[in-house]
Parts: sequence; C-alpha cells; structure tokens
Amino acid sequence: MEHSQILKMIHTQKLGRLFELCPAIRLFFSGIRLERLDTEETLEEALQGIADEYLEDFGLTRGEISDSLVRLMEKDRDEKSGEQVAVRELTVLPGLDKSGNAEQSGFTVRRGEIVAVVGPTGSGKSRLLGDIECLAQSDTPTERSILINGEIPDDACRFSLGGRLISQLSQNMNFVIDLSIRDFLTMHAQSRMVERVDDRIEEVFLCANRLSGEPFQMDSGVTQLSGGQSRALMIADAAILSNSPIVLIDEIENAGIDREQAVRLLAEREKIVFLSTHDPLLALSADRRVVIRNGGVYRVLETSRRERSNLAVIEREDRKLMELRRSIRLGGRLDFDMEAFFHGVQGSA
Amino acid sequence: MKLITVSGPPSSGKTSAVLQAVRFFPQNVRFGVVKFDCLSTCDDGIYQKSGIPVRVGISGNLCPDHYYITNISEAVQWGLNNRFDYLISESAGLCNRCSPHIRDVLAVCVIDNLSGINTPQKIGPMLRNADLVVVTKGDIVSQAEREVFSFHIRKTNPRAAVVSVNGLTGQGALALSKWFERAKEIDSLEHMRLRFTMPAAVCSYCLGQTLIGKEFQMGFTRKMEF
Repeated sequence: MEHSQILKMIHTQKLGRLFELCPAIRLFFSGIRLERLDTEETLEEALQGIADEYLEDFGLTRGEISDSLVRLMEKDRDEKSGEQVAVRELTVLPGLDKSGNAEQSGFTVRRGEIVAVVGPTGSGKSRLLGDIECLAQSDTPTERSILINGEIPDDACRFSLGGRLISQLSQNMNFVIDLSIRDFLTMHAQSRMVERVDDRIEEVFLCANRLSGEPFQMDSGVTQLSGGQSRALMIADAAILSNSPIVLIDEIENAGIDREQAVRLLAEREKIVFLSTHDPLLALSADRRVVIRNGGVYRVLETSRRERSNLAVIEREDRKLMELRRSIRLGGRLDFDMEAFFHGVQGSA
Repeated sequence: MKLITVSGPPSSGKTSAVLQAVRFFPQNVRFGVVKFDCLSTCDDGIYQKSGIPVRVGISGNLCPDHYYITNISEAVQWGLNNRFDYLISESAGLCNRCSPHIRDVLAVCVIDNLSGINTPQKIGPMLRNADLVVVTKGDIVSQAEREVFSFHIRKTNPRAAVVSVNGLTGQGALALSKWFERAKEIDSLEHMRLRFTMPAAVCSYCLGQTLIGKEFQMGFTRKMEF
C-alpha cells in the first residue's frame, strides 16, 4: 500500500476500521487516554470533541496525530511484508587481530547453518558477534566487514531496521516483566503482527517445555521461571515468534536445557545461527566452527565426518549427565556404581 | 557547530551512550557537553575523564525546564567560542513532562529496557517529540522483551527511529554516531522554537510557600476530580 493510499484511509475510514487494520492505532489512543473514541466516526469527527489543550498535554497537535497514524500503518505494512531483507547468506570479510595483523580468513554462512565461535575467554568471540550485530563496514576496531547476500548492506539496512535483522540471546539475559507467560507471549505476538496469536503462543509454549527439563505452566509468571526454563522460553520464542533471520547466541551451555535441540530448532527455521561456546557438544553440532585467537579469526574448521560420529558419543555421555541431574532433582541418591554407569556396558541408574 | 539535545530519565544511560558514540568519531572532531541537572551531578567528572570539555547547570529550586531554556543560548555561545564541532546538551526529564527538544535540532531520548513496559507512554513529550530513541541495557533482558519494548516506543512515537545501544560495550553506538552526524549546523538559537511548551507553573509554591491549605494556593493551579 502506497503512502497516499494510507493517508487517504486515515482520513476517510471509520476509526473502528482503522483499529481492525492496525491494532497499534487503538493502543496509540489508549496511550493518550482516549480509549472511548466513537469507532463509527472518522478520525476528524472523533477528535472534534477533544480540546486542543487536552492534546497539548501529551505534546500532540491534530496534524501530528494523523501523521503518527500514517507512520503506524506504514510500520505495520513493513512488518507484515516480512523481513525487508531476505538474508540468504552472510559473509565476514577479514580484518585485524588485536596486534594489528591481518586475519587469516573470512567465511560465509548460509541460511539454516550453525556456526560455533570458539576460543579462550577474552579472545574476541563477543567482538566477532558485535561486528555481525552492527553489520560492521571496516568501522569497528577489528576493521572487519560484513556482507549480506554478497553485498555491502546500505545504511538503511544497517541503521534503520532497528536491529530487526538480528536477535540475541545470552546467559546474562533475564525476563524482567511482571506478566504470566500467556500474557507476555500474547503481547510479543501482537507486537510482531502475527496472525492466529493463540496458536502461535501455544506452539512457543509447547516447544519451550520440550527444551526445558522441568515443565512449567502457561500461567506461571515469566520472572518465576528458573534459569533453564527462561532460556528455553527465550529460544522457543526467538525461533517461532521473532522473525529476525540471524540469531546470535552467547554461551548457553550452563542453562540446563536440551541445547542441541535448541540450536537445531533455530536452524530448522532457516535462520543463520552464531553460537559462542566452550561446549564440545554444541561446537560439534555446528556445521563449522570459527576459532578466535588474539582477537582475530585463526581458523575456520568444517565439522569433519569423524567429529560427527564422535558427537554421538558425546551426546550419549551428556545424556547420562542429564540423567544424573534429573535424579538429583527428584531426590534420588547417586550411590550406585558410577564407574559402571559411565563406562560399563550400557549401565543404568 | 552541530547541537544535539539528549534527554531521558535519571540513570537511563545518557552519558554512557553519548560517550560510546563519541568514540566512533576521529580524534580531531571536538565535542563539548553542557549538563543540566536539578540537585547535583557527577557526570561532568565522567566527561572530563574522557577529555570532553563540560559545563554543568544545576537548576536547584527553579523548574529545571525553564532553567534549561533560559540558559541554552549561552551554552551554544560557549560552544561556538570553543570551536566545538558538536555540542551535546544533556538533561534528565525529571518530572517526565520536561522536553528540551528544539525544532531543527537533533532530538534524542534515552530510555532503558529495565524501566518497565509502560514507561514509553509515561515519559511523554521528551520521547514523543524525539527524532531518535536510544534504548539501553538490552544486554540483560530477553530478546522478546526488547522487541515488545521497542514496539511500545513505536506506538508512542511512530516518527522516531529506535536504536539499541549497550553503554558498557558500545554495541549499537556506531548507529548513534551516524545519527549525530546528521544533526544540523547552527550558529545561534535566537528565534528558534521549542518543539513543545514547557510545564507551566506560576503559583505561590513556586515562590517559596510551604504551608498547606486552600488559602495558600495562589496563581496557576489545577484541581483533581474525586
């Protein structure tokens, strides 16, 4: 829909119709305590009974109100048309390490691929994620450049999308909002303009429960969730409700969730996933891993066939640890033959 | 010289966001800051540490908004005398009705993700009239909450751009610096206009009255309905 069409609609349609087309308009009016406008009237008619002084208290004129509604509808339209940039692949061009030496190599990641970023603490993993987050163009300390679909992203893409290209998840993130999971997910779904809100939030909820070892209820408060439950909900939400094509994850290994399934879930949704990690299970689940040393990309390793088959062994051992964790949680004792449990012929707890 | 008004609730991260953005400018670009506050501030020390000249204005018992607008022209003159390339005016909107933004001067509002989902609505004109809303402290809340929060900002001010800045690591500050570059050059504020009226108050309490009661309320007052 063109700007002129939207402008015309704002001035000719009944308010009720505008609310239907763009729910944010209703919220805009409730933000200035005008919930009870007559929905059978047009904007001009409905605002006739409202004094200029009243609007002035909110820093608004009539002109600014109609201007705001046009912007809201345009933003809605852009949001609904999906990602403004369909990201098929992302390329990191080499820059400099901390000593100013040129990096060995860059790399390209395609939609649906997972890349692990590994390296000692303080080596510069977060800095790489930071460069990706701001789509660096030789203008960060590393002087790396990021290409989207093989091209330099324009300034509009870099600075005006409001970070909608990229979602981020990290160990330090928490829920701070005082709402139930249902209300919170509904709020998020509405802000993303998704259709069939109830189905989608049910999907997020079920998925989060699968990822988390400990089940939780739809009516629990989001702030009451354990660390693992929170992480599970964040990942399920990022996969299903958030439409950012690129996801950056910073160290989720200690979260006590099914982390392999979690990253798979994101990749299945055709996202590009970057995963900063120290965890061999996660590193080998990735399609490749970028090794950072002294602030620069030191090597890019494809996960080899041998590593993939070894992953099965790591997973098996990891499941055993999960089993022990579950047993502890349920009040069990771990006084059986641990040697046999880990190294025996399929020992059992 | 380019003038930029930066506003936002106390401790929302105005100073950190500004300092992170300044880092993206070449060394020879000169910044100056004028910091308006009510009772006290220690932000001047933080700016000085970064080698940025700063002047502090404390409004004390005056309405901070009125204090700001009657001093900003002189602040601009100070900036011009010092040949700054950029002058940043930083003020906390303490009554949430404050809005220092001036027409044709880049208007930035800083709020943080921890301040609560309804805060964008409560802040009012200083957010509603901004060209750019900087959201801080995104590193400690979930992606979902960040998205909901910026949705609420958009709904309150659909005309503004929203930029997320991490005041600790500088993530996002590059975008903020690009916005700074777009600010208009000015050589005086004479005859320019505020984007929004200042809160009005000329009543007995403005003049130092401390007694409570109807007979002591004189001048411009407004009564609640019960």
